[in-house]
Amino acid sequence: MKASAFSYIRPTTIDDALALLAQHGEQAKVLSGGQSLMPALNLRLSAPAWLVDIGGLSDLRTIAVSGGLLRIGALARHVDVLKSAEVAEHAPLLADAMVHVAHPAIRNKGTMGGNLAHADPASEMPACMIALDAIIVVRSRAGERRLQACDFFIGIYETALAAEELLVAVEIPVAKQNSVRFFHEYARRKGDYAIVGLAASATLDGGSFADLRLGFFAVGDRPLLATASRHLIGRPVTAAMLAEAQAALEAELDPQEDQQAPVAMRKHLARQLLALCVATLLGRADLEARRSA
Amino acid sequence: MTEPVAVSLTVNGERIDAQVLPRLNLADFLREHLGLTGTHVGCEHGVCGACTVRVDGDIVRACLLLAVQTHNAFVETIEGLSDSGEVADLQAAFCSRNALQCGYCTPGMLMAAQDLLRQNAAPDRAQIREHLSGNYCRCTGYHAIVDAVEATVLARRGEQP
Repeated sequence: MKASAFSYIRPTTIDDALALLAQHGEQAKVLSGGQSLMPALNLRLSAPAWLVDIGGLSDLRTIAVSGGLLRIGALARHVDVLKSAEVAEHAPLLADAMVHVAHPAIRNKGTMGGNLAHADPASEMPACMIALDAIIVVRSRAGERRLQACDFFIGIYETALAAEELLVAVEIPVAKQNSVRFFHEYARRKGDYAIVGLAASATLDGGSFADLRLGFFAVGDRPLLATASRHLIGRPVTAAMLAEAQAALEAELDPQEDQQAPVAMRKHLARQLLALCVATLLGRADLEARRSA
Repeated sequence: MTEPVAVSLTVNGERIDAQVLPRLNLADFLREHLGLTGTHVGCEHGVCGACTVRVDGDIVRACLLLAVQTHNAFVETIEGLSDSGEVADLQAAFCSRNALQCGYCTPGMLMAAQDLLRQNAAPDRAQIREHLSGNYCRCTGYHAIVDAVEATVLARRGEQP
C-alpha cells in the first residue's frame, strides 16, 4: 500500500523543529530514520497531516563520553552505534544487541531516537535502556526533561513523550570494570522482532551478583525490568534460588498471545532465557542445565 | 505543502531535478518517474529487501525512504552497478550457480551481496547468510545464492571456487 498524503517539512535547527511540533501538535509525526514510521504510513496505520523530517539536524548525531556518561544523540543510526568505539568500550551491551536489530539495509537508516520514541515492546533497544539504567533526554520549547528509561516506556508504542517534545539523546552510565552483560533473543528469523528477549547488565562480586538488571522484551506492553532478580543477588546462586527467580519472573510477566507465540510459550522461553543469562554471566554450566526443569 | 516539492539528486551518476509529492517513496520514484525498474517493490514495509538500493554509499530500503529525503543524495541502483560493471562477476556467478530462479529478488540480493563484499573481503557462509537475511527469496533459492556469493568471494581473492 501507499502512504496517504501529508505535508512535509525539513527544519534545519532544533529550535525550528520544536516550534513546528508546538505548532502542529498531534497532527505532526517526527520523521527520523523512518524505518518504523514508513511501514506504518504505507500500511495506513498512521496518517499524520505533517511529517517533520529531523534528518538534517546533524547536532543530534553525536556519540560521546563525558562525566561518566555515554551520550548517544537521537539521530545516531543503528549502524553508527554498532560500529562506535565508544559504545564498544562503555556500553558493549548495545553493540551485542544491535546485530539483532533488523538487517543491514535497515540499520543504515534506523536511529536510536526513532527506535526509542516508537516504543515497540518487542524492540531490543528499549530493553537495553532499562537494563543499563539510561536517562532519556527530551526537549520542547519549554525546556529539557530527563526521564529514567523505566518511566519513559508506558505502553505499546506509548511513551512519556508529549506531542510537542523531541527525544534528543540518551545518556548511559559507562560500564564499570566488574560489570558484565548478556543479550539473547529468540526470533523466527535473524533480524525479525523477538518472540522473547533479554538484555541484562550485572556487576559481579566474586562469584555472586552485586547487582543484576534484567530487561525482558516482547513479554508485555513495554520492556520489563524484572524484579525477580532480587532472588539472585548478594550470595552464590544455587539451583533452588534460580528456580525461585524463575517462578517469580513468571508471576510478573504478562505476555500477550499473538500469531508468533501463545502465552505459555513466551513464559517458558523467558524462564529459559533467565537460566541461560545467569549461567552465562556466572560461568556456571550447572545452572544452565536448569533450563529443562 | 501536499503539493509537489522540488528535489535534486544524483542517480547512477546522472543529475536529476524533479518535482515529487511528499508521500512518494524512493522505489516508486526510481521506477515510475525515472523508468529504473530494476529496483523491485515487494512488501512496501521493509521486510522483503527487493527494493534495496545504495544511498550515499549505504544500502537502504527504497520503500522506506521518501523521495524528498534524497534531496542532494547520491543514489545508485542495480542499473548503475550493472552498467559500471561493478557487479559483473557476481551476476555471472548467480547465473552459473543457478541462483537467479524467478529473478524478482535478484537486484536486491546483488545490492546486499555487493555491500557485504565491499565491507568484508573474506566472509564465510554464515556471514553471507546473515548479511542476506534481510532479503527474501520466494523461490527459496538461498543455498544457490550463498554458493554464488561465496564463489565470487573466492574469485575476487584469486582462489579457485
